[in-house]
Amino acid sequence: MIGKFDAIVVGAGPAGSTAALILARAGLKVILLERGEYPGSKNVSGAALYGTRILHELIPNFWEEAPVERYLTRRVLTFISPQSSFSLDFRTTNFDQPPYNGFTVLRPKFDRWFASKAQEAGALLVPATVADDLIWDGDMVVGVRTRREDGEIYGDVVIAADGVNSLLAKKAGLRRDLDARQVSIGVKEVIALDRKTIEERFNLQGDAGVTYEFAGSVTGQVYGGGFLYTNSDSLSIGIVAKLASLVEKQVKIYELLEEFKSHPSIEPLVRDGVVKEYSAHMVPEAGWRMIPKLYSNGLLVVGDAAAFNLHTGIFSEGMNYAIASAAAAAETVKQAKAKGDFSSRSLSRYRRLLERSFVLQDLKRFKRAPDFVNNPRLQNVYPITICRAAESLFKVEGSPRRKVAKVVLGQLREDNLSLWQVLRDAIDGGRALIW
Amino acid sequence: MVIIQEKLDLVRFNVDKEPHIRVNREACKGCDVKPCVYICPAGLFTLSDGEMLFSYEGCFECGACCITCPRDAIEWNYPRGGYGVCFRAA
Repeated sequence: MIGKFDAIVVGAGPAGSTAALILARAGLKVILLERGEYPGSKNVSGAALYGTRILHELIPNFWEEAPVERYLTRRVLTFISPQSSFSLDFRTTNFDQPPYNGFTVLRPKFDRWFASKAQEAGALLVPATVADDLIWDGDMVVGVRTRREDGEIYGDVVIAADGVNSLLAKKAGLRRDLDARQVSIGVKEVIALDRKTIEERFNLQGDAGVTYEFAGSVTGQVYGGGFLYTNSDSLSIGIVAKLASLVEKQVKIYELLEEFKSHPSIEPLVRDGVVKEYSAHMVPEAGWRMIPKLYSNGLLVVGDAAAFNLHTGIFSEGMNYAIASAAAAAETVKQAKAKGDFSSRSLSRYRRLLERSFVLQDLKRFKRAPDFVNNPRLQNVYPITICRAAESLFKVEGSPRRKVAKVVLGQLREDNLSLWQVLRDAIDGGRALIW
Repeated sequence: MVIIQEKLDLVRFNVDKEPHIRVNREACKGCDVKPCVYICPAGLFTLSDGEMLFSYEGCFECGACCITCPRDAIEWNYPRGGYGVCFRAA
């Protein structure tokens, strides 16, 4: 497989397919490499796809043909103690109109479809091909080495969309090995449940869907959380936990998932469902702080490979950043092609485009959020305190009622929390998320 | 106690003849933490009489074992193209 291309895109997830699609449409000769049997076959997310506007710009009314599951009109954040749960439940009819605010998707289906769009635009999709290494001419990347016979592929530029473990970014010296404190691991089950049951159980109509996120005792003493998303005729349920925290507490994540599924607030939601598939993947969670160098001579890094993920407790998004970063990379390559200059200097435009877009602006704006989320009290104490305080508030015992402040202060004391500490955490949270 | 094998049975793996991950089990002998035993979401690292056992067949290719191993005992790579875990599109 010898060839020379204008652009080599490694990885056919949302980032890779976006870059290949845009470049192929611009008339560039593009090869899109995927190590799985087909695009999406190795990919895992929750999966909620937000930022539908940019995909709508690329593929107008994409939801009419894409294998999306449900459009999201309801979002629930739930604090959980071993026996109780306390939820903030948002729903709106404003999100049930095109172009919608988000969809649940199943990545193997969705990514496969998305890559087929890049193919239709003229990109050459080559699955079952691992790109292990870069080919250099001096200090310029001029291609990739695949693990096939005669597997050298040459191109003016390489776009590394090769995911959280990005071997290419590492080989190029743009980033170091991943740090267990900066990544989480997620495990998920897809549980089949018929449409009617899902609609009744989750109070949904037609193709509307809901995402639940859970904080508190779902992960025991481990830092992390749980999620439950509705698909058309299945549920996606999972746990995402800090790698370093699992190591420290010596906990197996699949045992957390099993406990989560049997929690009294969760079990009725998944009851009688049939587990269809189990999956696992790593998530780059440290945001701003773990972003690698984004380009070098003849190379650009996009999506998870560049750690473009926003995880703040109230947002957890990746695919929209993957798509937007790849679109910026593709624009950069188009201009570099016109100038015939793929040097680092020319490709530095990529970073400037990202700085102007929501990608780097969001990550920078919320750069304190990962630390805030990893506060031990936020992880393991407050959600349970909230549940207990609610229980005391709502419990009717025939004794005189206390006002809310008394109940809350009493609960803080019981949980060994000083008001001072709580205020300090509130200010940290405020700086991370609110102002 | 969760039987992880039941979960792995739900997943399609195109198992290659050659392992894509190799473990230097000599290095494991002096390791008192053994994070791999907890961290692997497929439970592929197990101890038998203090001896590390590893099988690559049910691997999700997540990379967690490699980055948490304190002894650099794991030689980690992706499987050959088309091999390894294959999540279902239907």
